[in-house]
Amino acid sequence: MNAIAPTPAIAEADRLRLAPGVMLRNDRRRGQWMLMAPERLLVLDEMALAVVRACVGTGGDADADVAAGIDRLTTEYDAPRAEVAADVLEMLTDLRNKGYVVS
Amino acid sequence: MSCALPALAARNGEPAPPFAVLAELTHRCPLRCPYCSNPLALDPASAELDTATWKRVLEEAADVGALQVHFSGGEPCVRKDLEELVAHATEVGLYSNLITSAVLLDAARLDRLKRAGLQHVQISLQDSEAAGADRVGGFRGGHGKKLEVARMVVAQGLALTINAVLHRHNIERVNEVIDLAMELGAGRIEIANVQYYGWALANRASLMPSREQLLAMDAAVRARLPELAGRIVVDYVVPDYYARRPKSCMGGWARRFMNVTPRGRVLPCHAAETIPGLAFETVHDRSLSEIWRDGPAFARYRGTDWMPDPCRSCDHKEEDWGGCRCQALALAGSADATDPVCELSPAHAEVAVLRDRDAAALGTEWTYRGM
Repeated sequence: MNAIAPTPAIAEADRLRLAPGVMLRNDRRRGQWMLMAPERLLVLDEMALAVVRACVGTGGDADADVAAGIDRLTTEYDAPRAEVAADVLEMLTDLRNKGYVVS
Repeated sequence: MSCALPALAARNGEPAPPFAVLAELTHRCPLRCPYCSNPLALDPASAELDTATWKRVLEEAADVGALQVHFSGGEPCVRKDLEELVAHATEVGLYSNLITSAVLLDAARLDRLKRAGLQHVQISLQDSEAAGADRVGGFRGGHGKKLEVARMVVAQGLALTINAVLHRHNIERVNEVIDLAMELGAGRIEIANVQYYGWALANRASLMPSREQLLAMDAAVRARLPELAGRIVVDYVVPDYYARRPKSCMGGWARRFMNVTPRGRVLPCHAAETIPGLAFETVHDRSLSEIWRDGPAFARYRGTDWMPDPCRSCDHKEEDWGGCRCQALALAGSADATDPVCELSPAHAEVAVLRDRDAAALGTEWTYRGM
């Protein structure tokens, strides 16, 4: 069997959407935002929620790229863009590898 | 099954709510897999809960705080009211998973299920090859039908998980099974080595892989994990009898799941009825909330108070929760014992003896599951 290269990390030009069967939900009883997924869920803290909202589209044609989301978060949090970009791309790559988002 | 829901602190002495309810709608199934996790004494169709009662159970599942429902069986698609139940689950705010053999599904029914709010379909595969798969399932043409339905699931935009059950007769094709899951477009694959409960326990001598097979499979899977990351989610656990530490069975007894059997018994796990002396309530006795809170079978092994040593003084007791109670019963003779899969258990050496004996038996015939 030939070795296949690992999937590259998420880049700023990628356009992301939630994977099939994944949805963003607010569970009122627990007071938590979460990504509901097949037989799993992921609780989102405030930062993760902001990243998902800014950088993950809803599947329409008009979905923006990750770079636009990073721009928004940079303004919103008044932080150096390079730092925001590094954190966001790492988080999105992790979400992709766990099957919550797809490009 | 996994879930990243943090263990919520018990409030006012009440246990944190469950993550999901497993609704075993029926024990009927067109397949006859010899490793079926259903009990040896199957519930007949005449004993099954009716539609109205299942709807009430779904409402109670939402009330107790469950977020997801797993429609399971047997084969849940034998129930003609499946669409109605999925729609009701959606209405009360539950996320619906369908755990199926897929052989009774077609495009029209999948479309109706999707419109009822179904999000995810998990399809079991018995092998990567039709001949081996259909022999295990005892259902001619089953494998081909499963592949056809799996493609329909993806085409409908639903999430697809492939549940690949491995044992002595197919473990050498683990790479082919992974390739097949990816070709089908599955978002996730469960590499599920047979767990020895129910029918599988009865057929253990015909299913147990050898150490050489196990090591080769384990190496093959681990070698591929880097390339699979970002392409397919892999749920892989070392099979119990070859492990050094026990699995966190059900994420801990009465911590994450409730199981409702076809006749309406409410269990902490699907094999719990094998444990003698546990009193199970039914959905006719009390609500799921009441049963979850203080039902005697749920309270019996919840948390860590019940634990004997070596669990009681172990640093891992809130990671594996003592392993599996049903396995402790099957292998150590008592559900109160540490799971003997743990190398710290005094009965651990006997697991290796049983395993090696059954692996060496090289049995090729099994008892098919049947009513």
